[in-house]
Amino acid sequence: MLRACLRGANATARNHCRRSPGTSLQHCRHYTAGESSSGASKVIATGLLTVSGGVGGTILYAKWDHKFRAAVEKNVPYSDRLLGLALGPAPQDVGLPVKNQVELAQPPSMMEKQVKAPKAKSEKKVKDSAGSPAKEPSPVVTQPAQSIEEMSQEASAEATHIISAISEVPSVPAPCDTEAAAVKEECKECHDHKDTPAAVHPNAESPSAAEPLKERPVEEVAARLAQQDQEEQDILASVSASLEESLASSAKATLQAIGAQEAALQAITQHTHKLKEAMEAEEKSAQWKDLEAALADRTCSVNDAGTALLKANEALGALRSVIDDSKGLKIAAVHPLVLAAEENLHNMIVDLDKVVTKVQSAESEAKIVSQYSELVNEAKQQFQREVSSLTPEIQANWKGLTGKLSADDLNALIAHAHRRIDQLNRELAEQRVREQIHIDAALEQQKLEDQKALEKAVNTSLQHVKEDARLEQERKLAELREVMEAEMRTQLRRQAAAHTDHVQDVLKVQEQELRAEADQVLSSKMLEQETRYRQLNQEQLDNFTLDMNTAYARLKGMEEAIDSHVVAEEEARRAHQLWLSVEALNYTLKTADADVPTVPLKSAAEAVRDSCHDNDFAMALASALPEESLHRGVYSEASLRARFNSLRSLARRVALIDESHNSLYQYFLSYLQAALLFEDKQEAPPTQLSREDLDPFKLLSYASYCLEHGDLELAAKLVNQLRGEARRVVEDWLTEARLTLETRQVVSLLSAYANAVGLGTTQAP
Amino acid sequence: MSEKELGKKWDRCLADGAIKLGTGLGLGIVFSVLFFKRHTWPISLGSGAGLGMAYANCQNDLRSHYLLHKSEKVGCRSAFVRTCVSCCERVEKLTNFVNNCVR
Repeated sequence: MLRACLRGANATARNHCRRSPGTSLQHCRHYTAGESSSGASKVIATGLLTVSGGVGGTILYAKWDHKFRAAVEKNVPYSDRLLGLALGPAPQDVGLPVKNQVELAQPPSMMEKQVKAPKAKSEKKVKDSAGSPAKEPSPVVTQPAQSIEEMSQEASAEATHIISAISEVPSVPAPCDTEAAAVKEECKECHDHKDTPAAVHPNAESPSAAEPLKERPVEEVAARLAQQDQEEQDILASVSASLEESLASSAKATLQAIGAQEAALQAITQHTHKLKEAMEAEEKSAQWKDLEAALADRTCSVNDAGTALLKANEALGALRSVIDDSKGLKIAAVHPLVLAAEENLHNMIVDLDKVVTKVQSAESEAKIVSQYSELVNEAKQQFQREVSSLTPEIQANWKGLTGKLSADDLNALIAHAHRRIDQLNRELAEQRVREQIHIDAALEQQKLEDQKALEKAVNTSLQHVKEDARLEQERKLAELREVMEAEMRTQLRRQAAAHTDHVQDVLKVQEQELRAEADQVLSSKMLEQETRYRQLNQEQLDNFTLDMNTAYARLKGMEEAIDSHVVAEEEARRAHQLWLSVEALNYTLKTADADVPTVPLKSAAEAVRDSCHDNDFAMALASALPEESLHRGVYSEASLRARFNSLRSLARRVALIDESHNSLYQYFLSYLQAALLFEDKQEAPPTQLSREDLDPFKLLSYASYCLEHGDLELAAKLVNQLRGEARRVVEDWLTEARLTLETRQVVSLLSAYANAVGLGTTQAP
Repeated sequence: MSEKELGKKWDRCLADGAIKLGTGLGLGIVFSVLFFKRHTWPISLGSGAGLGMAYANCQNDLRSHYLLHKSEKVGCRSAFVRTCVSCCERVEKLTNFVNNCVR
């Protein structure tokens, strides 16, 4: 057919060629030569144009649209390289940038808010500090409300810092709520006083400053108490020292003053006495000199007394101030000192006043006397003037001029004297008349003066009494206090005693408890130690026994190993024996010749049975050998094959014969069928037999195939499917085949078993 | 050998046929000569009878296996069944044992 086609093609080709060889070729040549230049070039050009246009357009579009680029890169294999070369690396995916932007937008805004809040805070703080207090309440109020916890803590810490800086009171940072209210008020003041730089270091310092106060109150209190005691002692000492000092100084001053006053008193009395004497007595220059001396003395002493009084008053004032100061200290131990000082002060004042009154009375007396003396002097002077006016010649000391005076003078003098006496009598009468009035007035005056003096005296005495009473009260108070303190001390002592008793009891109990505990601990520790010791002992023993056991076990193991070795060797030997016998059995199977069965397997089977007395499996297998094989032997496969080949034709010939069809005519037909039917000598049997395959001819061909390929089993199975006469004909063969198969199976099992056993017992080198 | 049986049967058949044919022929000849005035019909009768007997015998012989004889009925079958059963039992026992050991 191919050749025909070729021929046809050649013929046509030849025809074609013969018809117009030159012209067609020329045409072709012309065609190709002529239009190749224009047609081909056109084609090539257009092709190139389109391709480049397409590629360029793709690239441009890919540059513009990333999705397209991605799609192109995905679909066209090496386009990503090209596009990378042309456009650079591909950008990120489209979907993410938007999200990223959104995400990026969010956190900065939140951070900004946070940043803004403290900024606003600080700004507000600046404003507050700079601005007026009126503005402050609202921002300060809004501050704690707006601020975050840290900020409010910050503010409170700042406030505490400020407060603690201003006042000496240590401030403990209380929780924000309670402090916010306090902070408001304080903040007003603080913001008035302090600047924002104080706010710069809020957190670090104030908590650290506040914390030590919080941390050590007890110690602080104790220290402070001790400090206070120490201070008290110091103050006491200082106070007492100062009091003593001032007391001493004031006492000295007072004494001085008193002395001076007394001296003044003395001087005054002396002076008055002297004056009285001088009045009463005649003019004596000595007395006047004395008087002057006394006056000088008196003035001097009065001045001295005055200065001393001033000094004493100053000292007393100082003492009083000191006493007041020491009273102001409010320390209990100072009281008695104060009290004593006050008493001394009072006494001194009293003495001073007394002396002063004495001096004053003396002075008043002296005044009277001096007034009298002045009056007298005046009268004298008047008289003298009168006398001198009358008798100008007579000068001063007229007592000495008794001898010098003339009668006229004497008469004039006597007349003057008489006149004077008359005048004086008249004055006297007048005076007597006015006496009462004068006396009344004088009395009145005196009364007034007396009243004043009385009042003054009363006041002073009242003051003194008050002072006395107060001092008495204070003394009583002090006494009472002392008594109370004594009582308290006794009570405390009693309590202390009770406490000590209690403490003693408690201590006793505690001692007992502790002793018991200690005993317990001791006993437990002892027990522990004992148990540990015992444990260690036991451990040692155990270890020893363990070692012994291990050694013994190893020994045993070794013995067992040796025994097992022996046993294993025995086993191996037996296995080898078994294997050998099985091999012998196997070999006997091979002794079959063409048509002669093998030697009877009886001996070999016996040998196998001997070599596997204890092995049930092998025994069973050995006894499973069919009797026929034992007595007679089995046929080899080759012989069976040969037999089958001869059987086959016979079976073919009687294929139609079975129970129902078994007449001679059927035989004839069967023979005819066998002569006329052709089938494959050998046909591979299918895996599953169908109804058509049960045809004897087919079965025989399958069986032949199987036999040729050494599958006796399948051949026997197939042959087993024959029915009727054919079956009867192949029956013997079938039994022989079965026998062979059985024997072979048993032997193979035995050999496999022997191999397995042999492998199991064989030890690798 | 079961395959040789058929051959044997055929041998017997042929032998029997030959004998019977011969005998029939002979007898026919004899009878034809002796009694029936040398007609051919006794020869053909005899041979035919002989052939027919031989045919029947052969057929019977060939069929014999498939015919259930009264005496042999149970025994034959039973023997056959017994051998089958014993074979099957043996195979079963073997396979069971092998399975057990393998397990």
